[in-house]
Amino acid sequence: MVRLLAALVGIFFAGMLLYSFATGAVAYISQPPQPTAEHEFHEHPRQVAWSFDGPLGHYDRQQVQRGFQVFKEVCSACHSLRLVAFRDLQGIGYNEAEVKAIAKGWAIKAPDVDPKTGEPTTRPAVPADFFPKPFANDVAARAANNNAIPPDLSLMTKARHDGSNYVYSLLTGYQSQPAELLKKFPDTKTPSGLHYNPYFANLNLAMPPPLTSTGQVTYGPGQPKPTVDQMAQDVAAFLTWTAEPKMETRKSSGIAVLLFLLVATVLTYMSYQSIWADKKH
Amino acid sequence: MSFPWAEHYTPKHPLMKWVDDRLPLPRFVYNAVGAGYPVPRNLNYFWNFGVLSGAALIVQIITGIILAMHYAASSGVAFESVEHIMRDVNGGWLLRYAHSNGASFFFIVVYIHIFRGLFYSSYKAPREMVWLLGVVIFLLMMATAFMGYVLPWGQMSYWGAQVITGLFSAIPLVGEPIHTWLLGGFAPGNAALNRFFSLHYLLPFVIAAVIILHIWALHIPGSSNPTGVEVKGPQDTVPFHPYYTAKDGFGLGVFLVLYCAVLFFAPNWLGHPDNYIPANPMATPAHIVPEWYFWPFYAILRAFTFDFFFVPAKLLGVFAMFASILLLFVLPWLDTSPVRSGSYRPLFKKFFWLLVVDVLILGYCGGAPAAEPFVMISQIAAAYYFAHFLIILPIVSRIERPLPLPNSITESVLGHEPAGVAAKPAIAAE
Repeated sequence: MVRLLAALVGIFFAGMLLYSFATGAVAYISQPPQPTAEHEFHEHPRQVAWSFDGPLGHYDRQQVQRGFQVFKEVCSACHSLRLVAFRDLQGIGYNEAEVKAIAKGWAIKAPDVDPKTGEPTTRPAVPADFFPKPFANDVAARAANNNAIPPDLSLMTKARHDGSNYVYSLLTGYQSQPAELLKKFPDTKTPSGLHYNPYFANLNLAMPPPLTSTGQVTYGPGQPKPTVDQMAQDVAAFLTWTAEPKMETRKSSGIAVLLFLLVATVLTYMSYQSIWADKKH
Repeated sequence: MSFPWAEHYTPKHPLMKWVDDRLPLPRFVYNAVGAGYPVPRNLNYFWNFGVLSGAALIVQIITGIILAMHYAASSGVAFESVEHIMRDVNGGWLLRYAHSNGASFFFIVVYIHIFRGLFYSSYKAPREMVWLLGVVIFLLMMATAFMGYVLPWGQMSYWGAQVITGLFSAIPLVGEPIHTWLLGGFAPGNAALNRFFSLHYLLPFVIAAVIILHIWALHIPGSSNPTGVEVKGPQDTVPFHPYYTAKDGFGLGVFLVLYCAVLFFAPNWLGHPDNYIPANPMATPAHIVPEWYFWPFYAILRAFTFDFFFVPAKLLGVFAMFASILLLFVLPWLDTSPVRSGSYRPLFKKFFWLLVVDVLILGYCGGAPAAEPFVMISQIAAAYYFAHFLIILPIVSRIERPLPLPNSITESVLGHEPAGVAAKPAIAAE
């Protein structure tokens, strides 16, 4: 009885599925799915050899500091960094006094309440503050940016596939729309106000190219030449740090844990062998 | 007692005798995982995965309890509280990555444990109850893992909750009210997040309780073994301790090495980047996918694309998805072959490996976007999945000619019967 019922249920489900497959296959052959511009012209991020790649990877302090400078002078005009506090900057090699100065001199003031009147007000940031947001709210952000909200950058490199390479590729990937694309998909001309970028999921991005010329940011002495490519790499490294500030601790403790576990596993294997030595199994 | 040769507990220290007379806990432990539990001597490494599943549950409970001390189950701050754990709690990144990857590794070892049971037909008499309780544990694990994935309140958390709770709205007439009642609203929100957190904290302890029943039921007939031949006498077994504690210790070491390699060096490898974007009810992700361990079932859910008379395709998919797990409950009565081990079942073995490949294909399709050709592939694979358990397995059991079985476990290990066994057949008859 159980087997009869089971067979009936099995025949029902398998039959339904095979019928679905047959109708789907007919539709697939008679009307093959049309390729889309996103499918054909979207590109995977270009690969950079990062200092933080691999199990022994670490952040290049100089590079991350340069990236912070790019963020400060370019990105922070529109993008927030709400999950990072000024105090966290000690993690990329700034000392306490420098962090204090950076917070105090930050262009956007920290929101506060006037202690006398209770009215909302602003004051210079202190190390304990998180990076203040450039816009008071989403409505203000939309209004100032052609109806597109600039996303928060704290976790950007973890919120995209292959994030560090993605940020670098996106920043250096602006170009005019390929003629081939327009020939194949005449309806997909980049709308005005958007910018063509093959690394962006739907190819057209609201953000105008933020890094445009060599020397847009002035690097300190002894640093590499601030080309667009260099600045893009540096800011991608900085955003990798903001998304994963504990990466160095994680990797170094991982090495210690794995070494310990490997030794322990060899020991357990030896005790397993010695306990079973007299038992054939 | 099933094992007349099992050693009985005799307290050595007067204190232990005093305790054992008043509360026989030492005796209980001795019989459960000590020298008082005789285990077939020929278990292979696939028998390590029960203990590994238990270890994974313990890791999840310990890391989970500490995470709950720092997490805030409120839709306004849940995402930020997880980032607070990652950034500002001492060792918080370790706890959180250990917990999220721990869920994946829990499923890896449980899937191997289940497929071991399928290959060696561990579900057959007299171990049906062990199997049934195992399926209950699997269902509880799936519920727990699903609700846990909602807690960080990222985009995939939110939209995963939306899709899965939305399944209930496929029920005719009462579906919508049930959906609203379960969520405490019309869409996932603070009420849903709070109850998911509450249940996510509760269910692991329910799992632990069912595991106790699972092991209890196992200890009545004792462990199965790779030959599928029942234990016939003391020469076929070794005491659990120290033999299998030592072997499980080694298995645990290998498990921890692999788990820690992922945890420390690729902690986001098994996750989805979209869950690092805060939940936004106004923006649907391009492809909503659950965690990898649900992909085979998600593929079955999406494989139904047309209505059957008055039953909408979505409802059929929901039925099929639940049926794909619930059918495991009747498995002991579908496979009627008297031979347990797949090693001695040539035809069954071929279909078993076909099933393994089939489930991997279903998993791949479940993780892929809901577009052709993945839908067509998953339809074929899902059809085979149901046909395998519900049609093929009963027929195979009937028509198959199994290979000759060894006379005993010891014979299979030594290649001959040990001297002197024939002289005392009384043990086997007892």
